[in-house]
Amino acid sequence: MPFKRYVEIGRIALVNYGKDYGKLVVIVDVIDQNRALVDAPDMVRGQMNFKRLTLTDIKIDIKRVPNKKTLIAAMEAADVKSKWENSSWGRKLIVQKKRASLNDFDRFKVMLAKIKKAGVVRQELAKLKKETA
Amino acid sequence: MYHKRGLWAIKAKNGGTFPKHEKKAAEAAPAEKPPKFYPADDVKKPLVNKRKARPTKLRASITPGTVLIILAGRFKGKRVVFLKQLTSGLLLVTGPFKINGVPLRRVNQSYVIATSTKVDISGVNVEKFDDKYFGKKVEKKKKKGEGEFFEAEKEEKNTLPQDKKDDQKTVDAALIASIEAVPDLKSYLGARFSLKAGMKPHELVF
Repeated sequence: MPFKRYVEIGRIALVNYGKDYGKLVVIVDVIDQNRALVDAPDMVRGQMNFKRLTLTDIKIDIKRVPNKKTLIAAMEAADVKSKWENSSWGRKLIVQKKRASLNDFDRFKVMLAKIKKAGVVRQELAKLKKETA
Repeated sequence: MYHKRGLWAIKAKNGGTFPKHEKKAAEAAPAEKPPKFYPADDVKKPLVNKRKARPTKLRASITPGTVLIILAGRFKGKRVVFLKQLTSGLLLVTGPFKINGVPLRRVNQSYVIATSTKVDISGVNVEKFDDKYFGKKVEKKKKKGEGEFFEAEKEEKNTLPQDKKDDQKTVDAALIASIEAVPDLKSYLGARFSLKAGMKPHELVF
């Protein structure tokens, strides 16, 4: 029941609204009750309302408002990218993006693969059923 | 204005005077006879129209070899291969016939979704096909002999001439070879497209 993810300097958050939708940003300072100063390697440092951010489990070790170079170095040291891509949340987002970008031909190939997999599973199940019956 | 436009520089470049070109000798206007008849009221001249007829602009996503999805008509949902745009603006398309039953056919660009799948079309020669090839055959009118003659004629009309069948075969031969080179493409072209539950056309990438 207690909170586990806190807004703190170095907390990685996912932007869930606006121009930078879907990006991972670092909270580098808190402006007031509602806004934070956020930064990411590929964007200009700027303010964002907390309502536009969803906190993640990842935290990096930085001082208040580091310069870009230090920020990037800290992110590399903490290996944010691979931690994110290996987390279940990160993997889900990657799958969603892949599915959205599928071509009509790709969707057809996926359908064939699903049918094949289901066939194999059903065969195994039939085999097991026969053994126990 | 003289200094602003740099006229002093042009004068200096040309040795003190402005460059002149000679006037063209006025061509002698052909002698016009006064008209015999003047209309009672002034006749309005129609407005000048310089527009030229050209085939419909082809969408950038449609290039020779693109797989298209036909949306209307008896082949709706079929995935076909685009060959070329005809001078009337219609798209020349083929199934290939062996794969999905769509023959060499014309299709309007508006009734088609272009997918991003391309087929290699380099082995196919489509020079000979134009709008006239697909036009209705005009038959000579035979006014003599109604009744029996009429019935006999109507029964003969419906078969495809053999040369059209041969054209289909030659076009498809090269196409099918390049289609079979890609795995699953043949069964893809043989299947029809349909919207299933949860598919949102405006969000789908074709």
